[in-house]
Amino acid sequence: MSKKTYVQAINEAVRQEMRRDPKVIVIGEDVAGGQGATGEAGGVGSVFGQMQGLYREFGPDRVIDTPISESAIVGAAAGAALTGLRPVAEMMFVDFVGVCFDQIYNQAAKFRYMFGGKARTPMVLRATIGAGFRAAAQHSQTLHPLFTMVPGLKVVMPSSPYDAKGLLIQAIRDDDPVIFLESKFLFGMEGEVPDEPYRIPFGEANIVREGKHMTFVAFGAMVPRAVAAAEALAKEGVQVEVIDPRTTSPLDEDTILESVAKTGRLVVIDESPPRCSLAADIAGLVADKGFHSLKAPIRQVTCPHTPVPFSPTLEDEYLPTPARIEAAARSILVHA
Amino acid sequence: MQLSRDDLKRAYERMFTIRAFEERVEKEFSQGNIPGFAHVYLGQEASGVGVCFDLGDEDYIGSTHRGHGHCIAKGVDVKGMMLEIMGKAGGLCGGKGGSMHIADLSKGMLGANAIVGGAPPLAVGAALTQKYNKTGKVAVAFTGDGASNQGTVFEALNMAVVLKVPAIFAFENNSYGEHTHVSYACGAPSIADRVRAFGMPCEVVDGMDFFAVLEGMRKALEHARAGHGPYGLEIQCKRFLGHFVGDPQAYRTPAELAEARAADALPRFRDRVLEAGLLDAADFEAIEAQVLELVEAAVQEALVAPFPDPARDLTRDVYVRYA
Repeated sequence: MSKKTYVQAINEAVRQEMRRDPKVIVIGEDVAGGQGATGEAGGVGSVFGQMQGLYREFGPDRVIDTPISESAIVGAAAGAALTGLRPVAEMMFVDFVGVCFDQIYNQAAKFRYMFGGKARTPMVLRATIGAGFRAAAQHSQTLHPLFTMVPGLKVVMPSSPYDAKGLLIQAIRDDDPVIFLESKFLFGMEGEVPDEPYRIPFGEANIVREGKHMTFVAFGAMVPRAVAAAEALAKEGVQVEVIDPRTTSPLDEDTILESVAKTGRLVVIDESPPRCSLAADIAGLVADKGFHSLKAPIRQVTCPHTPVPFSPTLEDEYLPTPARIEAAARSILVHA
Repeated sequence: MQLSRDDLKRAYERMFTIRAFEERVEKEFSQGNIPGFAHVYLGQEASGVGVCFDLGDEDYIGSTHRGHGHCIAKGVDVKGMMLEIMGKAGGLCGGKGGSMHIADLSKGMLGANAIVGGAPPLAVGAALTQKYNKTGKVAVAFTGDGASNQGTVFEALNMAVVLKVPAIFAFENNSYGEHTHVSYACGAPSIADRVRAFGMPCEVVDGMDFFAVLEGMRKALEHARAGHGPYGLEIQCKRFLGHFVGDPQAYRTPAELAEARAADALPRFRDRVLEAGLLDAADFEAIEAQVLELVEAAVQEALVAPFPDPARDLTRDVYVRYA
C-alpha cells in the first residue's frame, strides 16, 4: 500500500494487466506519442500521462499510436475484442465520441445480444471527462448519461485513486464493452492504493460516509464535493450518508434504496445538464421504488441546461458547488 | 506575381499581427492570464494570410483548434479576440467560447473548432449556401495533416465534389497531428494525392512563402468562383512550438526546431520585398510599430476587463431553461 495519484492508479492498473495478460493492448492517439518524429517516441504517454512509460515497457506492438481517427480507433478496438484481444482504447477527451458514436452504440454495445449471445466484446474505452479546466464546450463534457442509456455498455466513473485502479482492472477483465470515464478534475488526487492488483466489482456502490438524516448520491468528481458539503452539514448535527455508485450501469439500486429507507431524504449530485441525467434517473428510481420512505421532496443538483462555458466565472458556477449542494440539502431539512 | 505597395503592406501587416499576437498569447499564458489551453499559430502565418488575402467578409472560413491566425487573417478584431481568449465578458463570444471557439460571423469566420475534422463538413454547407444563393462567394475549410485522417474529412471531400460546391480545402500540413508526425499517421505519403482521389484538383504549395500560398489560392478561387466545384491545397508549413503552449516536445530534436525557425516566412517576405525595392525598411518598421501598439492595447484592455456575470450570462443564449 502506498500513496498514489488518480493518474498513477490508472497507469498501474493497465501496466499490471498488460504484464498478466498478453492479450491486453493499448490503442489510441498519442498513447505513446512522437511516432515518426525526429526526437524521442513514447514520451507523451497520453496527454494527461495516464499511459506514461507503457510504450517503453511493452513496445509498439502493444502500445499502439493511431492517427486522429476516432471511428477507426473504437471500431478497431471492438473488432479486435470480438476476435480475441482485450483492447484498452483511449478517447483523449470524451467529447470526441461525437465523431465515432456509431462504433460504440450500434456496433460494440450490440454484439453480445444481437448475435444471440455468441459474441464477447472485452474492450475498454477510457475517456477523460469533466469541466473545471477552462477547456470550453468541446473538451469539458461528461456525457455519462449518453452511455448509460445504451443497453450493452457498462459505464464506470471512479471517484478516487483506489477505485480507479480496482475498477479499471475489473473493466479490463470484463467480457463486455466498458466505458471508463476518468475525471480530469481528480487526476492529481492522492490516496492509498495497494501495490498488488485487485478488482472492484461493478454494480456495488461505495458508502463513502455513513449518516442517518439524509442521503447524497454522487458520481466521479462530484463525490469529493458531496463529501465536503456533508462535512459542513455535520458541524450542525446533520448526518449525511454519501453514496458513490461507482458504476452508472450496472447501477446498485439496493444500496441507494436502503439508504433512503433509513434517511428519508435524498439529494442527487450530477455533473451533467439536468434533463435525462443520472440525477433524474436516480430520482425516478427512488420515486418509483422508495416513495414510501421519503419524508421530503428529492432534490437534484446538476449543471444548467447549457454547453460548458469557457470563462472561469461562468464555469465555476456551471459545476455543482458544495454551496449549492448544501443549499439543496437545507431546503429539504425543514420537511417533517 | 505583382502586388501593389498597399497589398504588400497589408500582407505583412496581417502576418506580423499574427506573429505579435501569438507571441503575446504565449507570454500571457505563461503568466497565468489565459485560462485553459492555447494552441498558437506561430510559423504558419503565411498560410493563413495567403489563403484569406483575396477573401471578403462574405466568403466563409472554418478553422481548427489552432485558429487565432485564421481569425486575424480574415480580419477579425484583435482586441475582441484577446478579450475572448482571456475569458472576458467583452470578448467576441462573450467569454463563452475561448481560444478554441472564437467565431465572428460578421467577418465570415465560422469558428475555431476543437474537434479535429470538425470544419470541413461545415464548409461544404457554407459553400452550398453560396451555390444555392448564387453569390459567387466561397467557403474555405482550414484543416490539417492530422485531420486528413478523419472520416468526416473524407466525407466532406467527396460530398463537395458530388454537390459541386465552391469549397476550398486548405490542408495546412505542419507535419504534426498533436504529438505524432505525419510520416507515421498518414499511410500514403501525399495528402494532395489523397484529395485528388476524391475528384478535385489539389495543389501542393510552400506554406512558408506567402507568394506561393497566394498564387495557389488564386487558382483555387478562380476554379471555385467559376462554378467548377471544390479545390484542394496542401500547404506545407512549420509549427514553431508544440501542440499547445507548454508542450515540452521531447519528440522533436533541437535541430528540427531550429530548421523550422530558419524557414520563417516573415523575414523571407521582407527580404524579397526589400530586394525588389517595392517597400523599404522604414515601411516595415512602421507596420511593426503600429501592430505592436495594437496588440499591447488589446492586452492591456483585456487584462482589466470584467469577467462575465454568472447570474446574468450563464444561462443566456439557450433555447430553454430548466431551473
